[in-house]
Amino acid sequence: MLAKLLVTVFGIFLIVLVNWYFFFSRRKEVEALQEESRFQEVRVTVKGGYEPDVIVVKKGIPVRLNFYRDETADCSDTIVFGDFNIRKPLPAFKTTTIEFTPEKEGEYEFTCGMGMLKGKLIVR
Amino acid sequence: MAKDLVCGMEVNEEEAAASSLYKGKKYYFCAETCKQKFDENPEKYIEAEDSKGEEVGEEEEEKESKPVEEDSPELEKKAESKGERIDLPIVGMSCASCASTIQKGLSKIKGVDKASVNFATSKATVLYQPQLVNPADFISTVRKSGYEVGTASIEIPIQGMQCASCVQSIEKALLRKRGITKASVNLATEKARVEYIPSETSLAEIKRAIEQTGYKVLDIPPEDELEDVEMIVRVKEYKKLKRRFFIGLILGLFIFLGSSPRLFPWVPPFLNNFFVLWVLATPVQFWIGWQFYKGAWGAFKHRNADMNTLIAVGTSAAYLYSVAATLFPSVFESGGLRPEVYFDTSAMIIVLILFGRLLEARAKGQTSEAIKKLIGLQPKTARVRRKGQEMDIPVEEVLVGDVIMVRPGEKIPVDGVIIRGKSSVDESMITGESMPVQKEVKDEVIGATINKMGSFEFQATKVGKDTALAQIIKLVQDAQGSKAPIQRLADVIAGYFVPIVISIAILTFIIWFNFGPSPALTFALLNFVAVMIIACPCALGLATPTAVMVGTGKGAESGVLIKGGESLETAHKLNTIVFDKTGTLTKGEPEVTDIMAVNSYEEKEILKYGASAEKTSEHPLGEAIVRKAEKRKINLTEADNFLAVEGHGIEANVEGKTVLMGNAKLMRDRNIDIRGLTGYAEDLARDGKTPVYIALQGQAAGLIAVADTLKENSAEAVEKLKKLGLEVVMLTGDDRRTAEAIARKAGIDTVLSEVLPEDKVHTIKRLQSEGRKVAMVGDGINDAPALAQADVGIAIGSGTDVAMEASDITLIKGDLQGVVAAIDLSRRTFKVIKQNLFWAFFYNTVGIPIAAGVLYPFFGILLNPIFASAAMAFSSVSVVSNSLRLRRIKLKV
Repeated sequence: MLAKLLVTVFGIFLIVLVNWYFFFSRRKEVEALQEESRFQEVRVTVKGGYEPDVIVVKKGIPVRLNFYRDETADCSDTIVFGDFNIRKPLPAFKTTTIEFTPEKEGEYEFTCGMGMLKGKLIVR
Repeated sequence: MAKDLVCGMEVNEEEAAASSLYKGKKYYFCAETCKQKFDENPEKYIEAEDSKGEEVGEEEEEKESKPVEEDSPELEKKAESKGERIDLPIVGMSCASCASTIQKGLSKIKGVDKASVNFATSKATVLYQPQLVNPADFISTVRKSGYEVGTASIEIPIQGMQCASCVQSIEKALLRKRGITKASVNLATEKARVEYIPSETSLAEIKRAIEQTGYKVLDIPPEDELEDVEMIVRVKEYKKLKRRFFIGLILGLFIFLGSSPRLFPWVPPFLNNFFVLWVLATPVQFWIGWQFYKGAWGAFKHRNADMNTLIAVGTSAAYLYSVAATLFPSVFESGGLRPEVYFDTSAMIIVLILFGRLLEARAKGQTSEAIKKLIGLQPKTARVRRKGQEMDIPVEEVLVGDVIMVRPGEKIPVDGVIIRGKSSVDESMITGESMPVQKEVKDEVIGATINKMGSFEFQATKVGKDTALAQIIKLVQDAQGSKAPIQRLADVIAGYFVPIVISIAILTFIIWFNFGPSPALTFALLNFVAVMIIACPCALGLATPTAVMVGTGKGAESGVLIKGGESLETAHKLNTIVFDKTGTLTKGEPEVTDIMAVNSYEEKEILKYGASAEKTSEHPLGEAIVRKAEKRKINLTEADNFLAVEGHGIEANVEGKTVLMGNAKLMRDRNIDIRGLTGYAEDLARDGKTPVYIALQGQAAGLIAVADTLKENSAEAVEKLKKLGLEVVMLTGDDRRTAEAIARKAGIDTVLSEVLPEDKVHTIKRLQSEGRKVAMVGDGINDAPALAQADVGIAIGSGTDVAMEASDITLIKGDLQGVVAAIDLSRRTFKVIKQNLFWAFFYNTVGIPIAAGVLYPFFGILLNPIFASAAMAFSSVSVVSNSLRLRRIKLKV
């Protein structure tokens, strides 16, 4: 009986943990840098996800995101910024540049082609 | 003779008083003192000499680059006195007024002394003050007026950049260089993107400019080699995967045999030992299955979960349980359980999934074959004639206006128009047309097609990213990257899929553990693993993209360019197809169909006088008559006293005879008796033809009927479209009688005639308001608004003009069979998409509950995790293979 209770409680705890970790946990934010160029730039490594995956940029300044895909796994072969109508293939072991200018403050999600890998662009 | 760099004297190498070796080069001097000075600071002298040389070189170039142009002698003088001069090749000027528009725009820019645009040479010459204005402004001005500057652009890899300031210095150095209009250096990609005017500078000079700032320029890899990095890694990975799979298969078989002594009693007993099984299973788990852990950990770090997570967690659970049972059997026994191991489960799952991945990798490689083929078509070099000299240059450096020579068997490098010679050209790779096409002077040739027989020279009209092939590649690439709207649901689900499956698996474990039959722990574990393993988000994600890729690729091979998944999805729902008449159903060029002679004149005579009189006419009917006479090789004579009778016809003198040509009213006005012809004329008119009466010396001589005839395949295409269940409608500005005559011939029942061009859009809207899904077929220029309004706009192309923005589907060939092929292809592709999605949804929604054991209480059915892994492996392979079927279909053409 005790074993059953333990399994149940631990199992439910695990389910909550899994969902919290993948959907709701806070991620590290990284701010885009603007060094002597017109763009605020960030280099993002794509390998099983995006590193960094929360990018903070300023409103009204052109953004240049350099995605380096460090794997051949097909899951990450496309990057999608739905709110900016951007959908671009990311060739493996190469850097793909995405440029746009965010005009409105807010949080914008970016994902892989299937929506399984996720990242967030925060415009302030 | 060498030059003494210090004093400037000419010295003979053999008699030189002294010499010095510096950086691998030998320098000669007239005296020892000069050598001493040089040795103290060699750079100073070499630099001074180099810059002198450059000045001289530039002066010479300057002179060379000033072609004698009668219209700008005064420009020349000014240029020498102050300021600079630049020549910009302009693309897209169709008339002299375009030239003046550009000229005005350029002249207004501050810092421009004078601008002149020459329509004939397609060149703008600008004299400007470099300190006040940058040539880049000229380009943006030209673009604002709606024209293009013939610039080339190239990506140059640079080595050694460390910081953003390096970027700045390279950009600045490049922009200072004459002829470079745009330079942007990206630190991350380590590349400079340079836009330049090839007549003003060259690649070598650009490279030199970068190197002078202290950075190294790497060789520019051609586009297809860039792709290869990925290819090489993939091939390597594929080989590794294959090797591991076979080793895994052998180990897995031993484990499998050893795990079921009841099934295989003949297996030597030592294989049944748990420790032996453990030893065999460990390399499978952590060496062969390492990629799952690697992938899962990579995703986990980023708070993502994917296929690897499911497989790694699922197999680890089975493996670790078995290890525990091997090491501490007493713990299990004390709990009333028989210690059992599931090494076969974990190992076979890994082997089967690897097998699935192998098949999938192979199949997926094939989905992008069409685009690879297209990229492979790109020619590498062109033989151009510049300044009277033939030279082979990289195709990227070919300019609009260059004269290019093509010999038999060679690939035509860019798009252009033949100016000398004739040949037959194999255009199958672009248009899908299998027969070689005859080409002569003034005919268009398409880049990447192959010259078969003769040699010819042509003038380039489109280069770089504007060529038909480049546009096709871009269109297909965009299309292949797109998704059909129907995929959206699958994507939304895929985003939540894995964590939810993990949750379901844990829940399954809890329920089986709490309420399941004995041994509860074993059931709980196996069903937990089965749920984790059977779930397959990949099938969901691959359903649409693979089908869209194969479908659009297949289309491109047959000359049908589809804009994307959305167009495909709409095209399969169509029920009405509207054809524009002129130029779409018909050839768009009237031709002589009948000739009738009366009053003892002969057909040939009528044609001769008629055509001679019309020779100077610009009326399409007149042109048709002249063409017919030329075709019959009738010698035409000069006409004089030519007079056009507005709206009715013409009058002229040919070989002393008065010729009167025109409609019945003209004849009646001039009291010419045409009673013998009117009956015949009416028959012709009923047939949709336009009769032109001819009178010679005041007497009726006959009539010539002119009509815009159907294209060869129109009727056949309409027939096939009807068979596909579409209602075919013809739209035209012609009067009802003519329209109906043509429609009858084409087999079209519904005719909308006398529709003004601007009303075409409303007509489409009206049809849509009746609840129809309408496709509009027309040319991309005049019909653009109607094409955009229609649910699916199908633009009929002609040769090199593939960039049609308003359309969803573009046919490279003018042939209407392409419409049938396009609709057939969309329907079939969409069918495959639906099958894939259905399968992927069905598989997961049925597979997961079965794996969780919902059937057990009712039928006692449980899914062995090994079967679950086999099902999973084959579900994504089956989706990809189903899409690949599209490659082999035969389109209804």
